[in-house]
This record gives sequence, C-alpha cells and structure tokens, in this order.
Amino acid sequence: MDFVTILQVLDSTVRLAIPLLLACLAGLYSERAGIFDIGLEGKMLAAAMAAGAFAALSGNVWVGLLAGVGASLVMSALHGLASITFRGNQLISGVAINMLAAGITVLIAQDLFRQGGRTPSLSDGGRWDPISLPFSESLSGIPFFGQTYDELISGHSLLVYVAIAFVPLTWWVLYRTRFGLRLRAVGENPASVDTAGISVIRLRYTAVMICGVLCGVAGAYLATGLQAGFIKDMTAGRGFIALAALIFAKWRPWYALWACLLFGLLQAVAIRYQSIDLGGITIPVQFMEALPYILTVVILAGFVGRAIPPKAGGEPYVKER
Amino acid sequence: MTSMKHLFGAAAALALTAGLASAEPALIFDLGGKFDKSFNEAGYNGAQRWADETGGTYREIELSSEAQREQALRRFAEAGANPIITMGFAMTVPIETVAPEYPDTKFVNIDGWANLPNVQTVSFAEHEGSYLAGVMAAKASKSGTVGFIGGMDIPLIRKFACGYAQGVKSVNPDATVISNMTGTTPAAWNDPVKGSELTKAQIAEGADVVYAAAGGTGVGVLQTAADEGILSIGVDSNQNYLHSGQVLTSMLKRVDNTVYNALKAGADGLETGFINMDLASDGVGVAFDEHNAPLVNDDMKMAVAAATDGIVSGSITVENYAASESCSVLEF
Repeated sequence: MDFVTILQVLDSTVRLAIPLLLACLAGLYSERAGIFDIGLEGKMLAAAMAAGAFAALSGNVWVGLLAGVGASLVMSALHGLASITFRGNQLISGVAINMLAAGITVLIAQDLFRQGGRTPSLSDGGRWDPISLPFSESLSGIPFFGQTYDELISGHSLLVYVAIAFVPLTWWVLYRTRFGLRLRAVGENPASVDTAGISVIRLRYTAVMICGVLCGVAGAYLATGLQAGFIKDMTAGRGFIALAALIFAKWRPWYALWACLLFGLLQAVAIRYQSIDLGGITIPVQFMEALPYILTVVILAGFVGRAIPPKAGGEPYVKER
Repeated sequence: MTSMKHLFGAAAALALTAGLASAEPALIFDLGGKFDKSFNEAGYNGAQRWADETGGTYREIELSSEAQREQALRRFAEAGANPIITMGFAMTVPIETVAPEYPDTKFVNIDGWANLPNVQTVSFAEHEGSYLAGVMAAKASKSGTVGFIGGMDIPLIRKFACGYAQGVKSVNPDATVISNMTGTTPAAWNDPVKGSELTKAQIAEGADVVYAAAGGTGVGVLQTAADEGILSIGVDSNQNYLHSGQVLTSMLKRVDNTVYNALKAGADGLETGFINMDLASDGVGVAFDEHNAPLVNDDMKMAVAAATDGIVSGSITVENYAASESCSVLEF
C-alpha cells in the first residue's frame, strides 16, 4: 500500500465522516440538554429532500441549504413539542420522526417532480463545488506534505470545513460560555437550573433547535454536496451510526470528531478492500461494516471506560409544585 | 398537507373500488416504486403501452412495506382482478401462499421462482445481457480495468457480475474486473453515497468503465462516473439519458415486453409455467440510442452483434451464477 492509496482512503474517510460528524454534534447538543434524539436519521432525510428539491427548483445551492435547515427545524420543533411541551416519550417521538420523514420525503418529491420520489439531478449551480485551498496546486509537487495538503486537506466542499469548525466551536460553547454551562446543567439536573431562575423549557428548545440546524446541514451535504439530488432513504442508517458515535464519544465534542473519523475510516477501508487478508485470516467486509456497532456495544458494556449519559436524559421535566 | 389529502383520498377510492368485481388486470409494483427509472418503471411502461394500444384499463398498487405483499395480492384476487402481475423476486413467497387459494386467477411472477399451475414465472437471462455489456466495456476501456458495482449481495446480482466479467474477458483475457457489492441489507439498494465512494475507489484502482446493477445506489455510481470523466453502464431500464454522452450503454431487461405480453394475452390466453426471457427472445439486451451514439463505434457494434449471434446460436455459453453458484472468471 503506497502513500497515494493511503491518502485516497483518508480522503474517502473525510467524505464519509462529515455527515456522521454533523449528525453526531447535533445529537450532542440535544442529549446534553436532556433530550434523547433518535430522530437524527429522519431529520437528515427531510433536510436532504428539501435541499435537493429547492436546489433543483432555484438552481442555487444556498437556497437548498436554507431549505434543508428549515425542513430539519420543522422536524426538531415537532420533537420539541412532543417531548418538552407535552412531556411525551422522547424515544417514541424520535421513532415517529424517522417514520414520518421516510414517508413524507418520497411523497412530496413525487408530487413535485414525478420522478419516483427522487429530485432531479442537479447541475453545477445547485451543488457544492470542491474548494481548492490556496497554493494546493503548486505545493502538490512536494512529497508527503504537499501531497497531503493537496489530496486530503484541500478540495472538499465548504460544508466539510464548516463541519470541522463546528467541533472547536461546540467545545467552546459547551465549556467556556454561560449558555453551555446551563445547557449541560439542564441535562444533568434541570431542577437546579430551574431554581436558579432559568427556563428549562427555553434551554431545551434552544438545544433541540441547534440540533435541527446541524442535522439540516448534514442532510444538505448528503444531497447537494456528496450527491446531485435526493433519492429515497438516501441517509441509509447514517443517523444511527452517528448516535453510536455519540455514545462512543461519551457525549464530548472532540471525542465525537475522532469517533466519527474512526467510523468513517472503517467504512472507507471496507469500501476500498472488500476483504482484508491478515496473514491467513480473512476479515470479511461485513465484519468491517458491523465494527462501529460492535465498538459501541463494547464501550456501553464498560470495557473501555464507561459511557455515562447525561443524568436527566430522557426524562421530561416536571416543575415541582 | 394537500398531498396527504390526495393520499387519503386515493386510499379511500381504492378501498371502495376493491369491493367491485371485475376482470381487470392488476399490477403490483415493488418497494422501489413505479418511477424508479429502472425495473418497476419498465413494467409500468409496458402496461401503459398496452393501455394506450387497446384502451384497456388496469389496477395498480405500489407497495410501501413488506407487510403489504400478501395483503395486496389477496385484495386484488378477491376483487376479481385477472391476471395479477407482480414485479420482483420478493413476491414469490406471497404468491406461493395466495395463488393456491384462487385457482381461477392467474398470477405473473416476474424474477421469481414460484412453481404453481396458475402462475407464470418469468426469469431473465441477465447474465447474457451483462455479457454484452461486458463486451462493450472491454472495447471502450483504455486502461484494461473495468468495474462492477452491485447492490445487495444476492445470487441474482452475482449473476449480473459473472456474465459481465465473462463478456469482458472474451474481448480482453488480460483485463481486470473489480467487483464490489454495496451491502448485505436492502438499504444497499438506496445508498448513492456509498455507490459514489465505491466508484471513486474503483477509479483509483484504474477502472475507466463501471457497470452498476444496484437500483438507487446506481444513481450515485453514474453521477460520480460522469463527474470524474469515466464511462458507466446503466441497468434494467435505458439509463443512457441520465448523463448523455457519459453512459456507455444500459443493460436492458425487457420487463416492459413481459408485462405487455401478459396483459395482451389476458386471463384466458396467458400461458402458465416457466418462461425464460433470454437474448433469443429479446428479453435482454443493450441499449443504443442518440445519447450513447458518440461513444459507440462500429467495431463495438460488430462485437456485440457477433456475441449476440454466438449466444443465440449456442456457440457461446454464458455461465449462469444463479444456477451453478460459482463463477470461473470472478471471485466474490
């Protein structure tokens, strides 16, 4: 395996990890505020459809992004309404959002475009073009450093850099701002936040809405960055892998980045090498694909450090009377 | 929300008309949906052709979940629809359950293996069509490496891959065929992102023609191939127009002819038993139209014609993975 091949696999890793990372950070905000969200998949799907549809109709990728975020926010508002205002079961609300999104995306896309629940193929203006970072061409001649810069770091779409910038931003918001402190507190002990005179309801809604924005970007990246349009069920379980990554990362932003890159790497390796020969033992591709889930179970079982979820997660907050 | 109203309205109308007895034929589309640009759409086109020619009407349903299969069959049979045409191998088991209960109704099981007196089971020689696609791929390839991307890893898709590889090797015995499957679950039919990544990986390994037999995943394969400036091969329906000038050809499965013939024969004329739609009966083939005309030269056309003649006359035998469960030219 030469250096170029390694770079290609890593490049593929980045592309595969970005939707996971965005969804994972989305879940992080929501779950840190005490709202479990298994509807990440559905929100991404709704956003992918809206982004694909509006980018196709307007020919403008930014309109698509806004529409995607908008669709995801609507789903988030539903989740908030069910689980915060009406204190419903958060898991059931999440499942409902996944099912709703799976059905309604195809229905609307079919109604709009009559192409079997698919949005039309996007032409140039409707897609995120790769960005060449400065000097990437001229530096590509330099072995190792220049090659890495040109192949791996340069040449992704804007959303990729935005997603990666969200990691330090999320860390800063969570651990260095008053809002972040309150957000974490509301996921651990909402009663104390309430006693301090801060609205639990508003904080949780804010968190759920941030989650919606991030899922919206993830969906838009799938439909208008990686692909040229929406097709039914195109998220293909990425929302669930993102949830697994969130647990694997123990609900921390930097760990989330590494977890998503690891899961992305596993997928990229599985794509590049259908079966891996390790001196007599052949690892089938299915094993590589299942590995993210296996790792998550191992973490959950407490073999490699314990993953402790926010204490008040899943519990609707009822004010004491 | 008006779309929701339409939906409920349509569902109510279906429920109402279901009670009326009629001898209308019925069509059951599989989960991919009526307009999947591929398999189901080919069936729809055949039915539409029949309707336009004869002025006849037919009833239809698009399945939206596994649980509906048996229910839809029974509903149509109960309402007196005859014949009932079903799309896709997954209808085999439901037909085996329902068909014996309605011995006077005829069923068509496309791509399946049901063996019952009132069922017409249609299979396609996809390996023969894929062989032709492989011949074209090998002729068009400059690098000597071509790719295959399958959807879910099932024997049917391996049959495509194996036929394709044989076609490639018949032209260029030294050619390399890279074969990848998207996954092992039904999600593999709808994962264009993974299709794109597989295409990029195959391009990195030198492939300059990729053949996608992967349903919705193939949309991502064709897109990436067009973006990266290599050729792709579509499947089931004619997909040449999706990226005009960048899709080498499409391996056609003439599901439209099958549906058209079944509708034309009607309940009385429909032959039951096994029907094999192969190259000789025009059941499979490769597409030539204005979209791929610039990519096809006379040498390629002659090679396809020679291979077609060879297969039809029997001088070329294409190994069928689904029958032998092994492939001499490709490892899975």
